[in-house]
Amino acid sequence: MSRYLRNLIIALVVIAVLYGLNFVFAGRMISPYFTRILLLSGISITLAVSLNLINGFTGQFSIGHAGFMAVGAYSSAYFSVTYGARLAVALGDGTLGWFVALTLATLVGAAFAAFAGLLVGVPSLRLKGDYLAIVTLGFGQIIVVFLNTIEVVGGARGYSGIPIVKSFFWVFLVAILTIVGVYNIVNSAFGRALISIREDELAAEAMGINTTRYKVMAFVISSGMAGAGGVLLAHFDGYLNPKSFEFIKSFEILIMIILGGLGSIVGSVLGAILLTVLPEALRGFAEYRMVIYSVLLIILMITRPQGLLGKTGSFKGWRRNRTKSRTEAEEITAEDTRDNPSVEKATLGERQSDTSLGEEKPQ
Amino acid sequence: MSTHTSNAAASAASVAGTDPAAILKTDQCTIRFGGLVAVNELNMGVREGEIYGLIGPNGAGKTTIFNLLTGVYKPTSGEIHFQNQRIDGLRSYEIAGRGVSRTFQNIRLFPSMSVLENVMTACHIHAKQSLFDAVIRSPRFERDEAEHRAYCLELLEIFDLARYKDEGGTSLPYGNQRRLEIVRALATRPKLLLLDEPAAGMNPSEALDLMELIRKIRDRFGLTILLVEHNMKVVMGVCERIQVVDYGKSIALGLPVDIKNDPKVIEAYLGD
Repeated sequence: MSRYLRNLIIALVVIAVLYGLNFVFAGRMISPYFTRILLLSGISITLAVSLNLINGFTGQFSIGHAGFMAVGAYSSAYFSVTYGARLAVALGDGTLGWFVALTLATLVGAAFAAFAGLLVGVPSLRLKGDYLAIVTLGFGQIIVVFLNTIEVVGGARGYSGIPIVKSFFWVFLVAILTIVGVYNIVNSAFGRALISIREDELAAEAMGINTTRYKVMAFVISSGMAGAGGVLLAHFDGYLNPKSFEFIKSFEILIMIILGGLGSIVGSVLGAILLTVLPEALRGFAEYRMVIYSVLLIILMITRPQGLLGKTGSFKGWRRNRTKSRTEAEEITAEDTRDNPSVEKATLGERQSDTSLGEEKPQ
Repeated sequence: MSTHTSNAAASAASVAGTDPAAILKTDQCTIRFGGLVAVNELNMGVREGEIYGLIGPNGAGKTTIFNLLTGVYKPTSGEIHFQNQRIDGLRSYEIAGRGVSRTFQNIRLFPSMSVLENVMTACHIHAKQSLFDAVIRSPRFERDEAEHRAYCLELLEIFDLARYKDEGGTSLPYGNQRRLEIVRALATRPKLLLLDEPAAGMNPSEALDLMELIRKIRDRFGLTILLVEHNMKVVMGVCERIQVVDYGKSIALGLPVDIKNDPKVIEAYLGD
């Protein structure tokens, strides 16, 4: 019980600190340019950490994350425009009013995105590896195409007039909730089930884990969190365009988590910050900017294929480093073949290939 | 327990399917892969509390039988009953939930998890924490985790693995990995434990310890154990009844001493 109380106190302190910092950033002490990048990093963190839950921890290669982000962004924007703003004014147009309106908007966005995740996840999570990747990519695109046709949210012209809330407090509250949420999920019976699915689906089933159900649940949670990230983005500039949620955005988030290390929360946070800051930091190089950016990514992937923070030191995030038990070669292949036991076993060498479970074939 | 001679073995095998004392029964269980009949009208009857051996030459279909019993494969025809309920057609996790747990011929531990985490994963069926409990770290979550941790450590202690609890599961020596798989299977609190070649890769003294251990866990947890094994010393030493399969068909069933001298079994193993 005391532990519970301690956690509660920590939570309150964090909220207080965030709220305090909010005034620092709202003031003119820090340049708006810097604040903007910081807030965008916060949004990226939410997206990367949530994607890591399904890609890194559960081992299901999904690349339609931007689609769920779009669902969250658009649904919450619609909510804010039609109800939220009025609600905030009714409650006095002050801090409290906007707090309530934004909380509701975030919940609406997350709920819609989670529902979209359920719709996509149920049929597609029967597939594995490359197939799952392609199907999720397709669904992500469908969502964007769909948004293009809905006139009520601006269609292809984009959706403008969304209330702008450039708040350090909100962005990082959502980011921290996502991090803590994913960390707590991963370090629980639920999380062990997810990781066991990544490691060996057959063994996981034999231990009584309903792998399909867990994959779908992880997918839904991950989508919901992406939706919350979308909510932040929607209220960031007050303008949304379906184009910004195309697959290129999904890949960007994917690069963040691969760069940071699949299955590492801290890695995702680092990857998110790095990929948000780097293009800005390289502005000085003018036209060579994207070239240098790409080269840096290539160098990093060659030197550290498992990402900044190793792949499977994952379970407790950065605390434990068990990569020494796996050679680098295994890690590279494990990433590509996570869902394909036959290839993985072949590369693990010491184990015999057991693609067919009944390897005892009568002659 | 009746003893079966080699002549009676075939009929005994078919009787086994209707054995009322059996906790696990297969009735005319058959599986075909294309034109290949891997398991052919197999009747088995494993009685509660016994250690039952399943042996046969390479390729006889033993592992396929295990995969049928645990729901990895669905029988093409025939039925499987566990505790008088049909389990064929159920999915693996459902069968595990009913109290059937297994180990694998090719060790299938979770590589990135520690020894303790490997075992705790298998406590899953009995977890009382909800996802919400986990997210907010409620007292119920802490209590549940502590309970499972204690139980798993206790199990590891029995197998003398507790001191490796924080090491990577797959970084253990081979023999210990096999034992860890047994611990993991036990953590699901099964009634029936299927061991697929538990002594594979073990040296004679390790195999001897293993036999001791198998008996010990049977008594301690009130288990029924079905094991596939190639090491004849282990099979003859620990099993109370043995069924021999060849080409997916049951060819003999009986006490170890009868099986050892059964001409049909000798023929299957040594060839013509």
